[in-house]
Amino acid sequence: MGFFEQLARDFQFNIIDGDRYLMLVRGLGTTVLIAMCAAIIGIVLGSVIALMRLSTWRMGKTFYPLRAISSFYVDVIRGTPMVVQLMIMYYVILASSSLSKELIAIISFGLNSAAYTSEIVRGGILAVDKGQTEAGRSLGLSSAQTMMLVVLPQSVRIVIPSLFNEFIMLLKETSVVGFIGLADLTKAGDFIRSRTFSAFFPLMTVAVMYFVIVSLLTRVFGRVERRLRKGDGRTA
Amino acid sequence: MAEQPDNVLIETIGLEKHFDSLHVLRGIDQQVKRGEKVVVIGPSGSGKSTFLRCLNRLEEPTGGQILFEGVDITAKHSDINRIRRKMGMVFQQFNLFPHMTVLRNMTLAPVRLKVMSQEQAEEKAMGLLTRIGLKDKATQYPRALSGGQQQRIAILRALNMNPDIMLFDEPTSALDPEMVGEVLDLMRQLVNDGMTMVVVTHEMGFAREVGDRILFMDEGVIVEEAPPAQLFSNPQKERTKRFLEKVL
Repeated sequence: MGFFEQLARDFQFNIIDGDRYLMLVRGLGTTVLIAMCAAIIGIVLGSVIALMRLSTWRMGKTFYPLRAISSFYVDVIRGTPMVVQLMIMYYVILASSSLSKELIAIISFGLNSAAYTSEIVRGGILAVDKGQTEAGRSLGLSSAQTMMLVVLPQSVRIVIPSLFNEFIMLLKETSVVGFIGLADLTKAGDFIRSRTFSAFFPLMTVAVMYFVIVSLLTRVFGRVERRLRKGDGRTA
Repeated sequence: MAEQPDNVLIETIGLEKHFDSLHVLRGIDQQVKRGEKVVVIGPSGSGKSTFLRCLNRLEEPTGGQILFEGVDITAKHSDINRIRRKMGMVFQQFNLFPHMTVLRNMTLAPVRLKVMSQEQAEEKAMGLLTRIGLKDKATQYPRALSGGQQQRIAILRALNMNPDIMLFDEPTSALDPEMVGEVLDLMRQLVNDGMTMVVVTHEMGFAREVGDRILFMDEGVIVEEAPPAQLFSNPQKERTKRFLEKVL
């Protein structure tokens, strides 16, 4: 039997037989679902954390409670591995809850992503010229109005490329959800491997599927970015 | 509250500003009357911009008081956002909102703060734009405008709030020389309209022409103040003389 013939048989056995590709497709669905829902939580919560980190509300002379809480949160999330956070969420914090594994994964990744997103958003807010805030305030707008109407719309354009990048990282990072027994794309490949006792095709297929998804996203995001830049008229 | 004659619009009493260990304003006592044009000159780092920015508390004073229309605006309970509606400010860097059209730049604050309806604000804005010949720019974004046009629109944006006083922080310093004239022309129109103005500037000719009173600042104090004719041709203080010799 020739090399290519063998290859074809392996592929047939590992991916096609027993509808194993369906397992992979379903796994991909889980991966994308978790990543997208977590990204939404990440952006909303991340923006809140970013605003907290920039708050000027002060107790006493030098203590900023909102800043302290938010930077502690960011430090903890960034200082511990994602898998550990996921397992703590599943086996400890939400152990007695009746939430589905998917939901627990979404919450865990959302909370994790929020910490990273908050840093991106914070950077975007700080990147808007201080004169913009001053102009808004000098007209009598409150600091909240100035933030919502003047600063944030400008920082959105600044942070979009980084947010896209964060989403791609997040998508790949969800590959650890197998630790709590979720059948995502990675876990599906691993499951096939354990059934067929052959590692090459299941794992390569998984890798290719991630790669294709990420490439597609990169293209779409690139197009969105270009359109945003055009709308803004910035040359950068 | 301190007694204040009716014709005094804004008054500072012992105004001080520290930036950490830096003592930028060392007790400024000034009164600006309604309709008065006060021009602040002085070397860079003298505190003149800080003084101006303290007047609407864009810079938070660390000592002293500011009374605006008889109200202590440095008091803890004072509603600075409400007070700022009455104080227009023009910046060196224009600071137009780049993501909004000219018209939206001018109507955002008056509409959001319910000073006027959308229609009123737009009508007033278009009137102002027509007056300076930039009516056709209403739907453009700031980036499409020259520096001089941007600064004139920044002035109109402040005017669209119907302020009682206009504060100018080196309004022509960031402009190409050929655009300085158009901005100064617009400021002259405000002078003729009787607007109360405090102007920080390096344009000595303009200061002499429109100022009712010139303040010369150095090292956080007002070294000398006088009507322009007197201050420019016959300065009393040594520091004023040295400064004027350099800039005139």
